[in-house]
Amino acid sequence: MGIRERLSGNEAVAVAMRQINPDVVAAFPITPSTEIPQYFSTFVANGQVDTEFVAVESEHSAMSACIGAEAAGARAMTATSANGLSLMWEMIYIASSLRLPIVLNLVNRAVSGPLNIHNDHSDAMGVRDAGWIMLFSENNQEAYDNTLMAHRIAENPNVKLPLMICQDGFITSHSIENIELLEDDKVKEFVGEYKPEHYLLNQKEPIAVGPLDLQSYLFEHKAQQAEAMKNAKQVIKEVSEDFEKLTGRKYEFFEEYKLDDAEMAIVCMNSTAGTTKAVVDKLREQGVKAGLLKVRMYRPFPAEEIANSLSNLKAVAVLDKADSLNAAGGALFEDVVSGMYVNNKNVPVVNYVYGIGGRDTKETDIEEVYSDLSKIVETGKAENPYRYLGLRKGEK
Amino acid sequence: MAYNLKEVMATKPSRLTAGHRMCAGCGAPPVARMVMRALKNEDHAVVANATGCMEVSTFIYPYSAWTDSYIHTAFECAGATLAGAEAAYQSMKKQGKLGEGETKFIAFGGDGGTYDIGLQSLSGAMERGHDMVYVCYDNGAYMNTGIQRSSATPKFADTTTSPAGTVIPGKMQSRKDLAKIMVGHHIPYVAQTLGYLNFADLYQKAEKAIYTEGPAFLNVLAPCPRGWGYPTEDLMKINKLAVDTCYWPLYEVVDGVYHISYKPKERLPIEEFLKPQKRFRHMFKPGNEWMIEEFQKEVDSRWDELLKLEEITNK
Repeated sequence: MGIRERLSGNEAVAVAMRQINPDVVAAFPITPSTEIPQYFSTFVANGQVDTEFVAVESEHSAMSACIGAEAAGARAMTATSANGLSLMWEMIYIASSLRLPIVLNLVNRAVSGPLNIHNDHSDAMGVRDAGWIMLFSENNQEAYDNTLMAHRIAENPNVKLPLMICQDGFITSHSIENIELLEDDKVKEFVGEYKPEHYLLNQKEPIAVGPLDLQSYLFEHKAQQAEAMKNAKQVIKEVSEDFEKLTGRKYEFFEEYKLDDAEMAIVCMNSTAGTTKAVVDKLREQGVKAGLLKVRMYRPFPAEEIANSLSNLKAVAVLDKADSLNAAGGALFEDVVSGMYVNNKNVPVVNYVYGIGGRDTKETDIEEVYSDLSKIVETGKAENPYRYLGLRKGEK
Repeated sequence: MAYNLKEVMATKPSRLTAGHRMCAGCGAPPVARMVMRALKNEDHAVVANATGCMEVSTFIYPYSAWTDSYIHTAFECAGATLAGAEAAYQSMKKQGKLGEGETKFIAFGGDGGTYDIGLQSLSGAMERGHDMVYVCYDNGAYMNTGIQRSSATPKFADTTTSPAGTVIPGKMQSRKDLAKIMVGHHIPYVAQTLGYLNFADLYQKAEKAIYTEGPAFLNVLAPCPRGWGYPTEDLMKINKLAVDTCYWPLYEVVDGVYHISYKPKERLPIEEFLKPQKRFRHMFKPGNEWMIEEFQKEVDSRWDELLKLEEITNK
């Protein structure tokens, strides 16, 4: 069962898109996600999909065209990175407010400036409150699997929200690794057909989309979006369980790696989790009770579940691959800490901003974090909660 | 088939209904109504609207004045939004996911959303060859936000960001020639028109634009009583003067060939167009005669250029 292949993260996503066969793809190239529309346009040129590929003149138009297409009744997909997402920003909010289940693959890269093409999560963090479901992926397999699950989550009548799948630029987007693909017919059956309730191209029922929405209604409409985001949790759980039945690959809101009996843990997202797992394994051999919590579902944020999962630890480090530049810690740190406070879980937590602009994060860096955590475990005190990892000394 | 206004009004109900909140004397609603009437009754349309006066006055939640499908997303992307809907149509039609009937795609944007912030999105949609019509209703300034200058604002006009002051007498730059920029895209149909003589010119050009395969662009002058400063009942008078002074020549460019739709036997001096509008009032103060002369010169040279383009492209 399954097809064994070797693909880069970008190619894996493009293959998933071919298998999904969306009605419209509108995209504009930007490093490191360029390969996704590139591979996909080859599928179009060779007649392997029914998709209209709209080679737009900017990312703003890419998202605008996806909105137009999805509102018209089509399945629309796109891919981008960094500044491309920044240029889409206005339309990102409009897509979610119109409740259009567009699927976007975000290949994470540092947002300018200064200009840098390498990986961090500043692009994703810039849209974390935009009303999109956000799934993070450790490797090519997870990026592929998350893409296959995306439409069933986004299009669920209780959800109807756009969804973005994140993976690390270059680190996984350009690394060729083993992967297990599903057969085309199995993907088709799993994803199913899109049957929107109301759409522009329904001649029997013309609709109007995107009103001027003033004081009397906007608040309620925003509350409905928030409710849909809450509903997404259950739907993500169900779709992931179905996916596990089909593939044997288990996906939850987050992955707990050797966390059961751990004394200390790192919380992080995307490829750094892979590096962390290797370090955890080493430390376990030395008898150190280290663990990892890898966040897959960043939006909606599983605050209560994460708080419970971390509640028995003696020290936690949250790794943010984006600096919020706010003198109060990164975004993931704030989310984790607020979840723990609200749920009365009192564990010392520190924050590390790391990997900015593609700064390499090595096993030795992760070992340094666990070493710091072990001091917190000993003393019970977490001083200086806002830290850097991998920043050259004297250049703060 | 000869155009007959009475027949059009009798057989084609308005697809932009009463109850919208556009100002009295605004040039835009008659444009939208006539363009939409140019659709065959049996055809369905998807209308995309850039943010602007028309959008905020015709679709205030929970009411819409549009009887066809309608989408508004943002200010600068009516072109791309409609292009996406059109791409969906092509794809779904090909896959047999839609019914039998025809759907046409029409965008409306003001000069702000078209000449300026939306120019890139429009250019992209035209270049990619989507089967759609983009209609610019040009009222020569950002009227929705309170009469700020645009690149469509005529020289010397008094706007809230190009005020006629004691040192600088209004907007000091000439207006952009958008129709010619669209001609430069080598699309099958570009036309400049306005509501004039029983709306025949507007209706017929809209019909051609809608039923020409591929991208088409209509630039339609749509006077604004608040921004231009004329009495609301004078809308049609202002339109007539724009044509008779050759301020707004009526022409179409079909596959690159220019046809001037109307050549006034006797061109009226530009003062006739400028005088009834408060935005040009300062040009008539003693000592400012040079401004009228310069304005006239620009109108003349643009008209001459158009005559030459007609001659050259019809050779």
